[in-house]
This record gives sequence, structure tokens and C-alpha cells, in this order.
Amino acid sequence: MMKYDLVVVGGGPAGMAAALKAKECGVKKIIILERSETLGGILEQCIHTGFGLHYFGQELSGPEYAYRFIKELEKTDIDVKVDTMVTEIQPGNVVIATNNVDGMLRINATAIILAMGCRERPRGALDMPGSRASGIMTAGTAQKYVNINGYMPGKKIVILGSGDIGLIMARRMTLEGAKVEMVCELMPYSGGLTRNIVQCLDDLGIPLKLSCTVIKTHGIGRLEGVTVANVDENRRPIPGTEQFVECDTLLLSVGLIPENELTRMAGIIIDPVTNGAIVDEYRQTSRSGVFACGNVLQVHDLVDYVTEESQIAGEGAAKYILSKGKSKGGKSRNGKDIHVKAKDGVRYVVPQNINRSTDRDVKVYFRVSDIYKDTYVVVTSGDKELYRKKKRKLAPGEMENVTVKLEDIACLESNEITVKLEVGKNG
Amino acid sequence: MVKELVCVACPIGCMMSVEMNRKKEVVSVTGNTCKRGEQYAKDECTNPVRMLTTTIKVNGGSLPVVPVKTSVPIPKGKMFECMAEINNQVVDAPIKTGEVLICNICDTGADIVATNEV
Repeated sequence: MMKYDLVVVGGGPAGMAAALKAKECGVKKIIILERSETLGGILEQCIHTGFGLHYFGQELSGPEYAYRFIKELEKTDIDVKVDTMVTEIQPGNVVIATNNVDGMLRINATAIILAMGCRERPRGALDMPGSRASGIMTAGTAQKYVNINGYMPGKKIVILGSGDIGLIMARRMTLEGAKVEMVCELMPYSGGLTRNIVQCLDDLGIPLKLSCTVIKTHGIGRLEGVTVANVDENRRPIPGTEQFVECDTLLLSVGLIPENELTRMAGIIIDPVTNGAIVDEYRQTSRSGVFACGNVLQVHDLVDYVTEESQIAGEGAAKYILSKGKSKGGKSRNGKDIHVKAKDGVRYVVPQNINRSTDRDVKVYFRVSDIYKDTYVVVTSGDKELYRKKKRKLAPGEMENVTVKLEDIACLESNEITVKLEVGKNG
Repeated sequence: MVKELVCVACPIGCMMSVEMNRKKEVVSVTGNTCKRGEQYAKDECTNPVRMLTTTIKVNGGSLPVVPVKTSVPIPKGKMFECMAEINNQVVDAPIKTGEVLICNICDTGADIVATNEV
């Protein structure tokens, strides 16, 4: 059996940043296992720019952002196995993986970092009537066809869902000569970044239809069109608003799902809202020595935040390894840890737990459940208010964060911290 | 003439109104809540520019295309002209990240630069 101090599952931005940070913190034997043929993950097909504005202070394309980490990795003695699929994490932190060269691998790990990323919600998750005509695919699949394989999957396009990948693909397909008829969004607001709505839709005159969805697809062999309809406040189609739109391709950009099969199989506790593991401030899961970061933990808007989060996990794993497994898992802290709760308009928080004896300020990431204007973000613990800040605008599509100070954590009386919104109150 | 636009300088997304005179010079910007917004509005109304990213066909590479970008933002109105020029070209592998594949595309002053290895 192979033995490593740290096994990183996934060689995308999260896995690379976590491995590099762990190395920097003094971990000796590290291996990254990557399912694809190359490192870089989904960044390889995200050829548009806008990556790295926060982390590098530069606007890079996806492959350029990945390249910087790949080059850093090459300077270290971190082992990388690509084309390698992790199939199971067994008790005692044994990682089972397979590839064409080694056959089946059993790797004994002191710590594991889960960095498997996320995948797109597929058509099957939508309950959309219509035959299985070709031409219906996720926006990310189309992105791979165009940007990696070099061909166009269609000429007349309708996009369902205004997530960022859908918006980016609206522009990409238009630039390559396709006609994007419209982007339909079920919600009354877009789930994408404002920058993308302006530069991908407004720039090219592509209409964004809010409170609108696809209720039927037409065509047998190939998609011939879709029926769209407006929806009411309960997201139900309004009779009489149906409209047939001719198209040969329907792209779906309807949400991302953290890819947590391994996590679930390992019995790690999952947060039902984020669909990622429940973690502490160093991103340690409910299982001792297993950490999670990046889109497998929570779906991020910006890769810069993935990098930041993964460095925290890398540092946490390093601390765990270097203290030979003395620090405890998120679950078994004898009630001494602090639970972070989401309330009143805050949909979720990450991390969900903080060690009372932590050695750092803790940045708590969260998303809100609706669009809020001139609203206070408030952090409380028992009767004590730890933080209050007015935000001009909060939207579900933009991840927010608040920092809870180390000195506040150290002297908390309660075992709970609550992050919530207060609307329309002066303070 | 008054032009309405959404600011993208930060996530707030202020709705801004930009008043311009007949010489297409910006007279006033309202609706913005910071200096960056004002600058964005002025740039956007006088000389809107965008980074163009696309792919170029590759001969004999590990993949059929290589991703590219403009070295600097180009005028928004020239995007499709540049796309046509890029789609007319085929480059030979190997290609390195940062390699210039087309110089001064469509007289924009921008080069087309590879953003990955093929």
C-alpha cells in the first residue's frame, strides 16, 4: 500500500491551491489525484477573462489562472496522478483509486482534502416534457464542445437559466455566429453576476426574460423549438402566456451541484442547504483528518474565493498532519465548538462550526435568499452583537462574507453565533 | 442625449444616467454612488472597450483549438470584425501560453495571444 501524508482528491483550482498551501506549511508527502487528463479542472474550458481580479489583481482567462498554479506545482515535489479516478474513501483514511497504468491503488493517508468540484444540474432534474431530441445540453457541455473540441453544437439557441455559465455561453455562441434567441430565467432576478448580464447579454442585444421558463421541448431526432411561458409568484406557468420559439439547441444553466458521492459514501455529514460537507473554520469535515474546499463544499461565484478557501483547508490539513492527528474532527469536540447559524434571509453559512480554541479570525461566507436593499448584516451570539454593517444591495447570486474576530470567539458565552439580516432599521 | 446604463465596477450595480452633449462628450453622470462608477460611465459612453476571448484553429496539436485573448481591450464595435479575422487563421502546434499569434488585429493595436498550451 502507498503511504502519503496528504491525498488531495481533484486537481482543479481548489485541489492545487490546497496542496500548494499544505506544502508551504511543511507537509512532506503529498499527492493529487485528478480524474481528467490534465490539471486545471473546469478552468481549462473557461477561456473568458475575469479570473484573478481579487487574488492576482489581474484579469486572467481560466487557463491562465490554472497555469499559474500548475507551474507552481511543477516547482514542488508534490506527486500528481492524472487520468485517475478515486472511487472510495475507506475507514482509516484509505483512498481507493484506479487508472490505466497502476490498476487499482490503495493509498494510506494521514489527511485527505476533498476538492472534487461540482457539476451542472442536468435536464433530467427539471421535469421538462418533450422527447429526448439531440440539441439539449448543459451550458458547460456546450462550452467544452466550443472551447476545447472546437465545434459549434448549434445555430439557433435558447438558454434556460441565467447562471453565469449560461450568460458566458450566450456571448460565446453569438461571437461564433450562432443566434441566441433569448435567455429565460424562472426567478424574477438573474442568478448571474451583473457584469456578465451587461457584457454578455446587453452588449449583444440578447433578451433576458425574467419569470419565464421552458415548459416543453419540440422535435424528435433534433430539437426544433421550445415553448416558453411566463410564471407566477409560485413559479407556475401562467396559462395564455405560452410562446413557441424556434431553435435547434437548448442550453441549460440551471444550477450547480457539489459532487459529493465520495463524501456521502464515507459517511461524512452533509449540509442540506449547501449540499456540501459541514465543516469547521479549517474546513475539516465531520470525519477526523478529512477536509473539503472549493465547489465541492459550496458553489462559489469566483475562483479567487475558491483559492482562498482551499488555502485555509491546506493549512488546516497541514496543522492536522504536523500535530499527528491530535486536532479533533468537526463532530467530536465534546460540545465545546461554536455553531454558526443562518437566520432571517441568510440562506446558509460556511463554516458551520468554529473551534472555541481556534487560532484565527474566521471569515464566515454566506448567501442571502432574496434580493435585499439597504439591509444590515448582523452577527450575534446570545445577547451580544459582534458585527453590524449596512449593505446597499445583497443578491443570491453574490456570495458575501463577514469576519468574526479571534478575540470575540475566545470570550463567547454562548455556543452559537447567528448571521442574519435586518431590513429597514436604522442603527 | 441621456444614456442609461448599469455600473459593473462593483457588485452593487447602480443604475446610472449619463448626459451627453452633441459632440458626444459626457456632461454629467448621476445615479452612481462612487468615483469608480463615474469613471466607468465616462469610459463606457465615450470609448467602450472589451477583452475579446475566443479560440483559433490549430494544426497538429493535442487539441483542435487553442484559447486566445486580446492583449488589451478592444473597441466594442470591432469585436465581430476581429472574430472574422481570427476564424480565418490556422496556427501550427506547438503553441505556448503567452505566444502572440496575430499582431495588431484589425488595426486595434491589440495582439491575439494564446492563453494555453497546445
